Order: sequence, then C-alpha cells, then structure tokens
Amino acid sequence: MSLNKERKLNFALAINEALTQMLESDPSVMLIGQGVMSPWYVGNTCKDLLEKFGEARVLDTPVSENATTGAAVGAAIAGMKTIVVHPRTDFAVYALDPIINEAANWHYMSGGASNVPVVFWLIVNGGGEQAAQHSQALHTIFAHVPGLKVIAPSTPYDVKGMLIAAINDPNPVVFIDNRSLYGFEESVPEKMYEIPLGKGIIRRKGKDITLVSFSHLAQETLKAAETLALEGIDAEVIDIRTLKPLDEKIIFDSVEKTQRIAIIDSAWKFCGFSAEVVALLAEKTSLEGKSITRINIPDAPAAASNSLEQAYYINAEKIVSRVKNFCSDKVIAN
Amino acid sequence: MKYSSTLLEQLYHMMVKIRYTEESLVEPIMNGTVRCPVHLYTGQEAVATGMCTHLTREDYVFGNHRSHGHYLAKGGDLKKMIAEIYCRETGCAKGRGGSMHLISPENGVMGIVPIVAGTISLAVGAAMASKVRKDKRVTLSFFGDGATGEGVLYESLNFASLYKLPIIFVCENNLYSTHMTVKKIRPPQKIAKIASPFGIKSFSSDGNDVLKVYEVSKKAVDYCRSGKGPVFIEFFTYRLRGHVGPDDNIQGSHTEIRPLSEVEKWKKRDPVLRFAKYLISKKVLSQNKINQIIQEVNNEINQAHTFAQNSARPLANEVLEYVFK
Repeated sequence: MSLNKERKLNFALAINEALTQMLESDPSVMLIGQGVMSPWYVGNTCKDLLEKFGEARVLDTPVSENATTGAAVGAAIAGMKTIVVHPRTDFAVYALDPIINEAANWHYMSGGASNVPVVFWLIVNGGGEQAAQHSQALHTIFAHVPGLKVIAPSTPYDVKGMLIAAINDPNPVVFIDNRSLYGFEESVPEKMYEIPLGKGIIRRKGKDITLVSFSHLAQETLKAAETLALEGIDAEVIDIRTLKPLDEKIIFDSVEKTQRIAIIDSAWKFCGFSAEVVALLAEKTSLEGKSITRINIPDAPAAASNSLEQAYYINAEKIVSRVKNFCSDKVIAN
Repeated sequence: MKYSSTLLEQLYHMMVKIRYTEESLVEPIMNGTVRCPVHLYTGQEAVATGMCTHLTREDYVFGNHRSHGHYLAKGGDLKKMIAEIYCRETGCAKGRGGSMHLISPENGVMGIVPIVAGTISLAVGAAMASKVRKDKRVTLSFFGDGATGEGVLYESLNFASLYKLPIIFVCENNLYSTHMTVKKIRPPQKIAKIASPFGIKSFSSDGNDVLKVYEVSKKAVDYCRSGKGPVFIEFFTYRLRGHVGPDDNIQGSHTEIRPLSEVEKWKKRDPVLRFAKYLISKKVLSQNKINQIIQEVNNEINQAHTFAQNSARPLANEVLEYVFK
C-alpha cells in the first residue's frame, strides 16, 4: 500500500479512535470527566462516544475534579480500566490527592495486592490570552512521583498507539496532551495497535546537536531543525514521548555522537524535566567535551496579554535562535 | 426484628474478636514492638460488625486509618492483619502498608488509607464499576466525623446521588477528630443531615447497639442493592482509646484531651459488654459460653501475634518491588 493511499487522521480524531476502539473491544473500559460532551472543552476527542456507548460508561461529570478523579481510581481498583479527562491540566490540581496519594502509591502500599489501571488525561491549553490557570504544563510534578507513568505523545500515530497502551497498562498513567496538536494530521492505521510506553524515538537524524523534547514542542523542534539545517546545523531530534519511565539510552547515545544537547521543555526550568536530563547525563555519562543548554519557559506564571505570551511560550523560531547562539561555531557565516 | 441464636452468637463473636484484637495491641505498642501508627477501634465494634454482616464476600468495603474492625468484620485474615501491623512480609500488604493500609481484595476489603476522606471518592468509583457491570454489589465507605470537613465528601455525595450508585456512606461519629471535639469542628447539626440536600436517603442510629446497627444496615443494604441509589448513615459511637495508640497521649496512661467523666459515661455504653449482658438476659449465651468464646478468640489472637513476631521483615533489596505492576 502506498503512503498516499493511507488514511489520514488528525491528532484529536486519533485520540477519538483510540477511545472508541477500546470502549468497543473491552467492556471494562470507561471514560469520565468534565467536558466529554463538549467540543469546546475537549475538541473532537470524545466525538460520538456518549451516543455510542451510553451514559454508564461515558460520563460527563459535574464540576468536581477531586471526586471524579477519585471515582476513576476507585473504579480501576474495582477492575475497570478508566480514563478520566481534565480539559485543562490546571483543574487536575484539585485532584492531586487521588492521583498522588492514592493511585501512585496504591500498588506499593498494598504490597502488590491491588493495582490501578487508570489514565489521567490532562489537556494543556496554553496561549490564547487564557492566563495562568488555563495553561500550566505540570508534567514535572507527576514525573516526580514513583508509581506514575507520564506520557506526552506528539503525533496522531503515536497518540493512538500510546493511549491504547496506556489504557491497557495495569498502572496509573498520566497522559499530558497539548491542545495545539489537535489539528495535526498524518497517516494513522485503522487497526488497533500499541506503542510501548517508555520508548523515545529519533524524529530526525543529525550529527551536530541533540534536541530533546516531547508533545507539541517535539513538532516545533522538528520544524526548527529544518531551519537550522539551512543554517548549517544538522540537529538530531529526539521525541522522548514518555517522560517516565525515561528512555535514557536514546538520549545518551545521541549525545555521545553529537556532543551537544538542548533540552526543550514546555514547563519551567527549576527542578524540572530539563534539569533531570542534565542531571542524568552528569551522573551516568561523561560530560567532558559536551555542551548542554536548556530551553524552558520563563520562571513566571502565564500572563493573559498576547504581548507577554509572545515572550513566554516556546516555538520553532525561538528554538532556532537559541540553538543558533548555542552552536555559533557551526553557523554558516552570511 | 427476630434473630436466630446463631446470628446473635455470630455478631457477638465478631465484636469480641475485634475488641480483643485491638486490646492485644496495647502492650506491643507501649513496649515499642509495634511501631507504625495504630488507631484502635475499641468502642466502635458494633458498627463494623452490624454493617458487614449483611454483606457478601463480593461486596466492597473502603476504610480509613481506624479500620481494623472493618477489615476483620468483612472477612479479612487476622494473622495477615497482625503481621501487617508488625510490618512483616507475611502481612496482608507484605509489610509495605502497616496498620493504615490493610487490604484483602479477595474478601472485598478494597483499600484503607489515612488521608482523611481519601477513600470516599474511591468507594464511589467502585460503586460506579458495579453499576456498569450490573453485578449487584454494594460498596461501603467508612469514614469518621472528621472527614465531614473535607470537600471531597460533598462532591462524592453529589456524584453518587446523580448516578444512583449502590454505595452506603457510613459515618462513624465517635465525637473526636484527632484531638478536637466534634463541637469544635462542625456547626451543631446532625451529620446525617448533610446528605439530604443531595436527595440521599439517610439514617442516624446508636452505633453502640449492634442490633440497631444491624437493623439500619439491613434497610440500607436492601435499598442500595435494589438499585434505588446511595444511603448515608451516621452512627453515634465513641472511641474508648486514643486517636493513635492506646491513649490520647501515646505514652501516657491518662487522658488530657477528654474529660474522664465523659470516658466513664461511654464505658457504661460499651457495645461489647452491653451485648453480652443482653445475650445473657435473653438466655442466648451463658456466662460460661461467653468465657469460652473469649478464650477461643484470645488463643487465635495469641497465635496471630506469634506468627507475626516470627515472620521476617521485607528484604531491604526488595525496596523497589511493587512500584509498578
């Protein structure tokens, strides 16, 4: 089958297909959360699910993040495979107790007697003058806690396979989802498939610098790499896809080759994911001869005004400029 | 209500089992052989016993920090519980959980946590699972008066009512939230009333009279199992021991928090002694039979302690086991 004959789906509909196929094939799967009936909240990700599977298994809940998330955890403890959506990641902060105290610790503190197959689906929705409480990328908080897996897919193909893998995973998985990806379209197989959690992928091979990122910034980084190539910088782009458990090897191997790394993270720098990658490199590899930089958002909450948003959020252009400065010796003189 | 003598003996036996198990922990706590935080259930035996008697093994129970009684009444294994309190590998949570994380999924004891109100929403979720599967299970969520200060309780009442979930919210009002009297943590209204704005059927009952508990439990379980929706019950009871450990001051032998006169008053309403008197007066059990039950229970408890003390602690090199399944 030639590529151009393959069916295309956008990111939101790839999520929709993963959910539909899981709900169809496994009666223990259920989806709950605020906004599953509302494209305004969750785009097309939950399109037709309520109509197809009924109110018992697809619940649009009252505004009660704590109880809703706890219910998803409890149903998972009782043998269901649950997905709970928070249409803004910020809202899930109300639900840190069931996520961190309960789900993350459950298997351990029960000595393996019980486990929690739940997916916490948190949609990051930064930008659009929505200010500080509709935009926070909080993956670091979850990646810090033992017992949680944290995934952040960046393509329609990946999101379908990784979401199916996450739903089937016997452990709690935090799915960090960036709303800005929803329109991104590519070939996605109709069949069900899983992409194993914990595996990064090299999106572009290169020899001059390793660029590590995930979620929507993996796409921005890829775009940046194409521009950088024109400037004489041949970047290797790693989409890490899963923050925890982290595919350290794919990063270490690449940096061994390029000797330079920029970690591009949509969250704050301090105590964050980018800090962790640097620490791992320092602890587990030799840093001699290697250069490291981190590209993060400023250490401030998000402001509403577009002028401040321009200064705040990371995009391909900013990645290009930062990487060019960092690799100034490689840049072709004009 | 009429009761068979078998049932009455069964209720008494369970209350004695819980009481003597709790009291057997006093010495090991005081001498430091048991070190994890232990919240004794002494004084509240009638609630767990009366409530769980109506449940099948498949029904679900979620508990809190003071849940030894719930675990035992729901069929949890005594040896595994004592071993867990000693934090041994043979414990029900393999020494990873201690007294505050008893678990026995095979008996429907789904989980117990000390985050106050932490399992209420989880219980709602288990009830939601039952509703999806139409498996006719009933879920019990045990919590104390202290949990009524937590917002998640009200979210959970709303949620359970909206979806008519088969869950019974069981509030054991033992008059104290750690060191605070209930008067200082709540406006003076009956706790059972908090369920009515959500349209949830509710009851208040004496929690120190096992037969009253049994009766209200029957109504609640029948209502719930028939698909009519959630029930809320407030039981008035009293913990005769401290919040953590034997006394309000773990190391002490006296109480600074509660007036001694109050403790004495509630000792007269001791649910175990009260039920024994009732059974003797009704000639259901003789004093000899009662002594025999206590003796048998104590033998079982002693064996459990010996089993626990002779059990190994988890191996240090297994510290990373059970992070993920």
